[in-house]
Amino acid sequence: MKMTYREAVRQAMHEALAADPRVFLMGEDVGKYGGTYACSKGFLEAFGPERIRDTPLSELGFVGAGIGAALGGMRPIVEVMTVNFSLLALDQIVNTAAALRHMSGGQFSVPLVVRMATGAGRQLAAQHSHSLENWYAHVPGIKVLAPATIIDARGMLGPALADPDPVVIFEHALLYNLEGELPDDWRCDIATAAVRRAGTDVSLITYGGSLPKALAAAEQLAAESISAEVIDLRVLRPLDTATLAASLRKTHKAVVVDEGWKSGSLAAEVMACIAEQCFFDLDAPVARVCSEEVPIPYAKHMEEAALPQPGKIVAAVRQVLGK
Amino acid sequence: MNPVPYDKNFARKLLFDMLRIRRMEEKCAELYGAQKIRGFLHLYIGEEACAVGALHALAPADNIVATYREHGHALVRGVSMDAIMAEMFGKAAGCSRGRGGSMHLFDAATRFFGGNAIVGGGLPLAVGFGLADKLQKRQAVTAVFFGEGAMAEGAFHESMNLAALWQLPVLFLCENNLYAMGTALGRSEAQTDLCAKAASYAVPTLKADGMDVVAVHEAVKLAAAHVRDGLGPFFLELQTYRFRAHSMFDPELYRDKAEVEEWKTRGPLHTFSARLKAEGKLTEEEFLAFDAKANAEVQAAVDFAEAAPWEPVDELLKDVHTP
Repeated sequence: MKMTYREAVRQAMHEALAADPRVFLMGEDVGKYGGTYACSKGFLEAFGPERIRDTPLSELGFVGAGIGAALGGMRPIVEVMTVNFSLLALDQIVNTAAALRHMSGGQFSVPLVVRMATGAGRQLAAQHSHSLENWYAHVPGIKVLAPATIIDARGMLGPALADPDPVVIFEHALLYNLEGELPDDWRCDIATAAVRRAGTDVSLITYGGSLPKALAAAEQLAAESISAEVIDLRVLRPLDTATLAASLRKTHKAVVVDEGWKSGSLAAEVMACIAEQCFFDLDAPVARVCSEEVPIPYAKHMEEAALPQPGKIVAAVRQVLGK
Repeated sequence: MNPVPYDKNFARKLLFDMLRIRRMEEKCAELYGAQKIRGFLHLYIGEEACAVGALHALAPADNIVATYREHGHALVRGVSMDAIMAEMFGKAAGCSRGRGGSMHLFDAATRFFGGNAIVGGGLPLAVGFGLADKLQKRQAVTAVFFGEGAMAEGAFHESMNLAALWQLPVLFLCENNLYAMGTALGRSEAQTDLCAKAASYAVPTLKADGMDVVAVHEAVKLAAAHVRDGLGPFFLELQTYRFRAHSMFDPELYRDKAEVEEWKTRGPLHTFSARLKAEGKLTEEEFLAFDAKANAEVQAAVDFAEAAPWEPVDELLKDVHTP
């Protein structure tokens, strides 16, 4: 069935709410407004105000309340409007949700799902364009997911809710309008990376909103007779390095594409893993295409210049291949 | 002063629990000097009437959320002194397997949810417990302890608003000991009337003498009944004073010795035992017997903690995630 990423997210939540009375959705404008990105349109009418809870603008408060509700036997889906606002809730996610189980000697699990939009590309300027997935991926005790396809948007929420520990899901804002085919069998795991395009000359390793850009670059490269394999990390913590290593054993070259800023990026972590585990498979230094080290500007041409683009990815591949 | 409105047994129970906290913490200070207890250690000495009066007004099905100054709360809630002492020693027999230490005492069996070292960090959590109970139609109260310092945090305001907006069964118990570490209330808050602050969220409020275990117990009974009856949250200010330094690193440059001495004349232990003696509910011999019993419990706990084994290092990564 053809559908948008938005519709896939919506169906996933609808299914979860219908299947389990412990599941409820809470966040800013999830109810009457229908969701900032319209992912919960019609839910208030379908499930009522007890389970579809509009919150005040209190990210720290309602994310913390989600943790408490999870400890109290519920299965909350907490929607934080964007990663930018999630910084106001970082304390509860890092100091409580992630730490609680270990800090209590294994007495408490926190079965919480936090969803948020992420990323740039819509001329929303410096405070609404962050890609801070790696901040979360740095923290032991949480899982971090980045669905980049219709299947993952539909399929990742179920296992995330079934996970006894906190899971943070990043939905790139540019993906909501992505259209694609949802096959009958859309069930998926939240453990492995996926090969989105097979290739033999170079591995393009990416996630989230950069996946369509990497696929576009691979298409361009194919026209130049360069065969690029595109790996979608899907799960940013814990990283599935086995899939990366298998690809590197085949291609011996890698370019990592990450919308985060270059310094201290998730790309840096991926490159370190490659250096640790695939050093002797490499035929060239690993390269990366990240965002420029600048607050994301408003003007269209400047924003485009700040972000990874297919052209930059193609150029990086040519350099790695010495072409 | 009004007569103590309890029978002999209950009155003595209150006194004995205050004594147990006092003797346990005096020993903790000594053990800190001997380097048996490390890290941060925040003593509750002087404030015992708050935890004892409050926790004896709550039920086993209620949820307790506390701060980093929570040894007394854990003990009175029913966590064994052995498990508390072993935790402070860092031993695997501790109530958090030695992963938490003094600031992170947890106990699932008594619904004691820590032990939070982020000022105000427990408040959103308590809102979540209240939400879970309300959604699951359980008639439990969530009692959250915090200091007056936490009332400067956004978490306080967000949590009060959420609890009031959603009419959640949360009992806010502010232990106002006048100093946020070393900063006096008047030096950090424009509004020093804490009940006035809380009342702005359309929540009923009450002040009680936190040095008087009877006043605390009566106030918490009243407040907890309001919350348990489904009438929404309640804010209670317990006016108290910490006789010892903020932590073991505090040279106490910010308050006069005379002020401390003045408050000590209102010490919760000697004033309450004097009342009981005056009313014929306690003799000096009986007091000394209680004291000896408390000291024996402390010595047994220290012996237990000393003898308890360390957690094997190969269990370091255990319980980061739920198996």
